Amino acid sequence: MILYFLRRLTALLLTMFAASIVVFLVTEIIPGDPASFMMGINADPQAVAALRTELGLDQPVATRYLAWLLGMLQGDFGQSYTYKVPVSELVGDRIMVSLPLTLYALALSTLIAFPAGVISAARRNTTADFAVIGATQLGVAIPNFWFAMLLVLAFAVNLHWFSAGGFPGWDAGFLEGMKALTLPAVALALPQASILARVMRSSLLDTLDEDFVRTARAKGLTRSQTLWRHALRNALIPVLTIVGLQFSFLLAGGIIIENVFYLPGLGRLVFQAITQRDLIVVRSVIILLVFAVVAVTFLVDMAYAAADPRLRRRPR
Amino acid sequence: MNVSKPLAAVSAIAMAIGLAVVPAQAARTDIAVGMVLEPPNLDPTAGAAAAIDEVVYANIFQGLTRFTADGEVVPDLAKSWDISEDGLTYTFHLQDGVTFHDGSAFDAEDVKFSLDRARADESTNAQKALFAEIADVAVIDPQTVKVTLSEPNGSLLFNMAWGDAVIVAPETAETNAIQPVGTGPFRFDDWVKGDHVDLSKYADYWGEPAKLEKVTFKFIADPTAAFASVMAGDVDAFPNFPAPENLEQFKADSRFSVIVGSTEGETILAMNNKKPPLDNLKVRQAIGHAIDRQTIIDGAMFGYGTPIGTHFAPHNPAYVDLTEESAYDPALAQELLKEAGVSDLTLSLKLPPPSYARRGGEIIAAQLKEVGINAEITNLEWAQWLQEVFKDRNFDLTIVSHTEPMDIGIYARDDYYFQYGDPDFKAIMDELNDTTDPDKRTELLQQAQRKIADDAVNAYLFQLAKTGVANAKIKGLWENSPTQANDMTEVYWED
Repeated sequence: MILYFLRRLTALLLTMFAASIVVFLVTEIIPGDPASFMMGINADPQAVAALRTELGLDQPVATRYLAWLLGMLQGDFGQSYTYKVPVSELVGDRIMVSLPLTLYALALSTLIAFPAGVISAARRNTTADFAVIGATQLGVAIPNFWFAMLLVLAFAVNLHWFSAGGFPGWDAGFLEGMKALTLPAVALALPQASILARVMRSSLLDTLDEDFVRTARAKGLTRSQTLWRHALRNALIPVLTIVGLQFSFLLAGGIIIENVFYLPGLGRLVFQAITQRDLIVVRSVIILLVFAVVAVTFLVDMAYAAADPRLRRRPR
Repeated sequence: MNVSKPLAAVSAIAMAIGLAVVPAQAARTDIAVGMVLEPPNLDPTAGAAAAIDEVVYANIFQGLTRFTADGEVVPDLAKSWDISEDGLTYTFHLQDGVTFHDGSAFDAEDVKFSLDRARADESTNAQKALFAEIADVAVIDPQTVKVTLSEPNGSLLFNMAWGDAVIVAPETAETNAIQPVGTGPFRFDDWVKGDHVDLSKYADYWGEPAKLEKVTFKFIADPTAAFASVMAGDVDAFPNFPAPENLEQFKADSRFSVIVGSTEGETILAMNNKKPPLDNLKVRQAIGHAIDRQTIIDGAMFGYGTPIGTHFAPHNPAYVDLTEESAYDPALAQELLKEAGVSDLTLSLKLPPPSYARRGGEIIAAQLKEVGINAEITNLEWAQWLQEVFKDRNFDLTIVSHTEPMDIGIYARDDYYFQYGDPDFKAIMDELNDTTDPDKRTELLQQAQRKIADDAVNAYLFQLAKTGVANAKIKGLWENSPTQANDMTEVYWED
């Protein structure tokens, strides 16, 4: 087990190192200079040069890469060129929007998907089943940004129940914050819930066809008893995998919804940083996201190993 | 039924009394202003982003002089000044009782510090050229500063009104980017990055106090979101509204007023003057005659914008209307191309992100096609545009709006991206700098406008309009945009 752990850990570190080189080089190659962007088209060339020096952009590539890498190892992600505040502070602020939004959306999507999927599978080929199939088909097909606009029109522009967007900050109170995240969370949750419900349904149906379910029924358990005690637990594995994937997708991929609701989240930070060539922010945020994904994979590997002894054995 | 009648009567009376007793609701003293772009930081002396000035200009920071809503330059922190006979010495007399928002006093030392900092070698002031002629800044006494120039500059008072020339305190200059401390009627409160900036009224302000207590600038980049934010009442005013297509809807709604004014943005089809065949005057003239400005304004800008025939703002008193000189005439354009011996011309047309460029570019490409010029469109994001077009000059045509006030001087720059730098034009500009007499200056400015129109340096398209929308009860917003600013000092809610 320890050997397996060490192997996975080495893989993690190597992946991170490779990722840091790729991220650095890609941001290095894209055309555009942060200093020229900040100074605009009427700027004095001498002042632009002075700014390049101030930002350390006149240093050689290798020096800048090493400085960035060593800084990160010490927990220093550098200072944003344009915002002039530490990247960690920027990211910290944005995580406080993106993470709660992700969790909120995930909670909603699970709360909708689980009952829908279970009902649909348990009452296969009934009206309820067809209703769920139809609704989820629609949910998958509707683009979430369009659904988001509909929500804004209905609940903000017409009913005035919610703001059309923006985020007041958690300082304004927990409820205020959650209120601002409600419409975006619903918009994000709908397609995810649809996917999840469909996965739940088919996974449950597959499990219901398994031998052990038939055995359970033969032992005299009722349909619903087998469903709840035996089938559901086994059907959950693929569903949980999807939930895990959705988490990382929502965390980084909420950018379109963040734009529709002008929320100050991670996705919009990266987008803005790319257009402004705030390369240090782009690099550090991407590396953090890579780390998050790699770390989650690592944990999942560990969990699999704990659950399935076969994986722990040395490959022959 | 009979029972309920007296009840209804009683409640009606109660309501009437209630209405009479409750005083008229006091006018609101807070405002939420929408902006498309978030400022990268809040220091107007270090960065060109218009969004910085849109938050801080006149609200937080002040200069020796300032622009008014109609573009006039008036005293601000300098209450008056004396100019020497030779035009080389300006003695500024400063306002009394001015304090920075941190409580420290403002005096001549702060002025000296700010001007010296802006013109220093290591200065990162984006408009460093504004200070180029300043040779020395001397403190005479706490209320008096003497600025000595190396050569006369008739634009000095104008230059001092720019956001880039505001007065900052030495103690806070380095932290203004995140914690701006100025002398204006509003002080900085809070910045929730990516969402909003809060300002509040500064109690110890030296001048006429602001009418509003609290100003919030909210940043909403998406046009659809901007529309929804105004409709939902999250934003009370959106002075540079990003979706002109929605303005008609606001016009029809009595809750809102639509404010259409002019900006300092000359939108041009810039040409690479040194790159053949664009180094040929006839080819450049042909392109000018191939373009129908009104079609572009209608098609790309939903009808908002004023045609221009030179690089100058039509609302400026010195403006000359030269649009006839390059009037739409496809036949003439074809003839000029023939005279120039050019056929089968293919030119690159590189477009930055704003809609005036992207939508305008499609229309221009179609119009050029009519006269036999094939324009190959490439869409670039700003950073790419700055590199490829602006820095490397790897382009034939591009569309861009020059938004700085009175920026005709860029045509005198040798290495500027459209590569004009004509000696005769430079001579006019030099003479202008040496001239302080207003009539003579107007004459020189007009001469300059004619010169660049005659040389067809670029195809001059239209003056960018300022199209804003606000709650109908808000008064005192700027109609025009003589500089990029959201001056909140005069803004108030009508009862």
